[in-house]
Amino acid sequence: MDALILSRMQFAANITFHILFPTISIGLGWLLLFFRLRWLKASAAGGDRLAAQGWLDAYRFWTKVFALSFALGVVSGITMSFQFGTNWPGFMERVGNIAGPLLGYEVLTAFFLEAGFLGIMLFGHGKVSEKVHLLATCFVAFGTTLSAFWILALNSWMQTPSGHEVVDGIYHVKSWVEVIFNPSFPYRLAHMLLASSLTCAFLLVGLSAWQTLRGVAQRSAPRVMRVGLTLAAVAIPAQIFVGDQHGLNTLEHQPAKIAAVEGVWETERGAPLLLFAIPDDQTRTNHFELKLPKLASLILTHDLDGEIKGMNDFRDAHPPALPLFFAFRIMVGIGLLMLATSWSGWWLLRRARWQPGGLPRWLLWGFAGMTFSGWVATVAGWYVTEIGRQPFIVYGLIRTADITSKQPSSMIGLTLALYITLYLALIVSYVGVLKYMAEKPEEALQPEPGDQRAVPTGEPA
Amino acid sequence: MNWMSFDEALPVIFMALMGLSMLIYVVSDGYDLGVGMLMHRATDAEKDVLVASIGPFWDANETWLVLGVGILLIAFPKAHGLVLGELYLPVALMLVGLTLRGVAFDFRVKARDSHKQTWDRLFFAGSTLASVSQGWMLGRYVSGFGSGWNYPLFAAAIAIALPMAYVMMGATWLVMKTDGELQRRAVQWAKIAWLPMVVGLVLISMATPWISATVRGRWFSLPEFIALLAIPLMTGVALLAARALLNTRAVLGPLAWLPFVLLILVFLLGFLGLAYSIYPYVVIDQLTIWQAASSPAALKVILIGVCISVPAIAAYTVFSYRVFRGKTGELKYA
Repeated sequence: MDALILSRMQFAANITFHILFPTISIGLGWLLLFFRLRWLKASAAGGDRLAAQGWLDAYRFWTKVFALSFALGVVSGITMSFQFGTNWPGFMERVGNIAGPLLGYEVLTAFFLEAGFLGIMLFGHGKVSEKVHLLATCFVAFGTTLSAFWILALNSWMQTPSGHEVVDGIYHVKSWVEVIFNPSFPYRLAHMLLASSLTCAFLLVGLSAWQTLRGVAQRSAPRVMRVGLTLAAVAIPAQIFVGDQHGLNTLEHQPAKIAAVEGVWETERGAPLLLFAIPDDQTRTNHFELKLPKLASLILTHDLDGEIKGMNDFRDAHPPALPLFFAFRIMVGIGLLMLATSWSGWWLLRRARWQPGGLPRWLLWGFAGMTFSGWVATVAGWYVTEIGRQPFIVYGLIRTADITSKQPSSMIGLTLALYITLYLALIVSYVGVLKYMAEKPEEALQPEPGDQRAVPTGEPA
Repeated sequence: MNWMSFDEALPVIFMALMGLSMLIYVVSDGYDLGVGMLMHRATDAEKDVLVASIGPFWDANETWLVLGVGILLIAFPKAHGLVLGELYLPVALMLVGLTLRGVAFDFRVKARDSHKQTWDRLFFAGSTLASVSQGWMLGRYVSGFGSGWNYPLFAAAIAIALPMAYVMMGATWLVMKTDGELQRRAVQWAKIAWLPMVVGLVLISMATPWISATVRGRWFSLPEFIALLAIPLMTGVALLAARALLNTRAVLGPLAWLPFVLLILVFLLGFLGLAYSIYPYVVIDQLTIWQAASSPAALKVILIGVCISVPAIAAYTVFSYRVFRGKTGELKYA
């Protein structure tokens, strides 16, 4: 294989591994804040002792999940700041004036905000006042979201560049407002924040279903599952709407990406929606098509006979059809599954008076099976976005092949193997440790006598 | 002498910021990498204390590396490509090391007890791999990525010396943060690491001017030589004082903080010496900071963010160290 494809695979491996963890920590930061506030409310004078203990248990357990996810996000994030230089030396040379400040702001305002206050949030309870601790939790949650803002601004600029000018091959900023709020940015930001909410929601639902099946965490699991299902039920229709809008935005600015997603080779009016097909990039046709007539035109142009441009109109400038076609269908499929699960699950849980123990076991197993469904959908969605930008690194302007590193293939291959081994081992460990932590009986989370100092007293300071 | 214009001064400002980040990184992650490399010498109970002593700090420490490399990436994009291209393999190994130790740190307390030992070993291995890679990279960088038999040898020597310096930092950190039996053992560890660290420092100081004519010219010409003599002299005094202190009883009591502080001073002096050798190059004898810098317009935008956030970062770093000051207790999520 040539150095370009190996470099891309290496970067893709790293960025795939990385995005798993911010996707959890962006949403979970706010959920922790929510658990915290519920606990404060329940433990206030005249509050419900049992509820207070439940929320505190939930806060403690999910803080550990947050710490673990955050650590994995930090270490894989560090890798990325290096791989810009090792894999794509030409990228910063050409667009450094634009990408530099955006990356810089991500590191400066967000990364530090998170990492600095995280120590206090995780270990500082009892050492600082309740108010300072709550504020630290706020800053961490805010920091993760701000992080997403800056990095998505850069990613969106690479998809739909605007607000720049080119002098002697070097990109300069003409308007920061246009660079940051480029055409696809609002859609991508909303889509990603909702993806994070949904990933967290199903993580909450899945793990608390697992805990219910195992008969542990009886105080916190019902509360956590209710929060998760409610969040999922609210977020998924919003996500489907935003996703549709994002698709229309892509059709306007990156028609080649949509052509690959829909498996459309020749420009046509009244294009069918392909439920299944195997697009063949060699023969430039689809095999085994299963289609609903005119539906793609209806969805994308809101007109039965609307025109959809085919990939043959973008010779040498369209992404490979096969990965996009499938990644898109995986994302949408999981989205629909999430809609069905969260709405029916919410309704059934309500009928069971919010006690997961009253739910049928097959449903609990179903929830548990969907614990990491958000990950799969998020990664599939990112593959559509990122592979869909190829063969460009900055859409329509700079080709990936022109900025790649000059390292020999063998060196890139060796380090690629190293990274992949490490990442696979870490994902297995992460899931294993989460399962182990979830199965530990709730009593293990109880304060042991003698360390009262480090344990909140239940009285807001 | 003419004052340079603001646009011309911008790369200098960013070089200073990058240097500062790297210095803070080396000192702060230095002690926690050092603690990681001491893991295998500690008993199981002590291991928990070792980890607890760096728990609230390590990830904030590592973000200084991200800031340092980030500035290299965003302010000196040409140098970023050149430097990281030259250091491709050690960078990958360092990242694997940092990843392993970062996650081992979190996994060890959460995994089942039978797996704890494996994570402890990975914590040790990751810390060592990261430190050795950093030493190699430092060696390659200060010698301008030259080729010839002497260059890899030099880099290999630094790849041993820098981890030793980190171990020394880690040991003196533990002297400061712990008490009782562990503190006495930490004093012993510090004594062991002292000599290799000093040899490494001497080696860098001798080899850098030997390898690069530019550096030789800057140090060994009068009258600069006399003025600069202060740097090696003060370094020597600080190192000897730290070593002597380790033999006294006061190091277990009121002066427990002093060896650590003296070592920070050594790192600071070493950094100043290195900065004097290299400036105004980003890559010695190859690329000056002005050749490598982004456009002044982009640098100004970044500078605004820096002016807002760096004081904030400094303030809460101080706050965080205050909250977790004193001897290390049990670390619990709460």
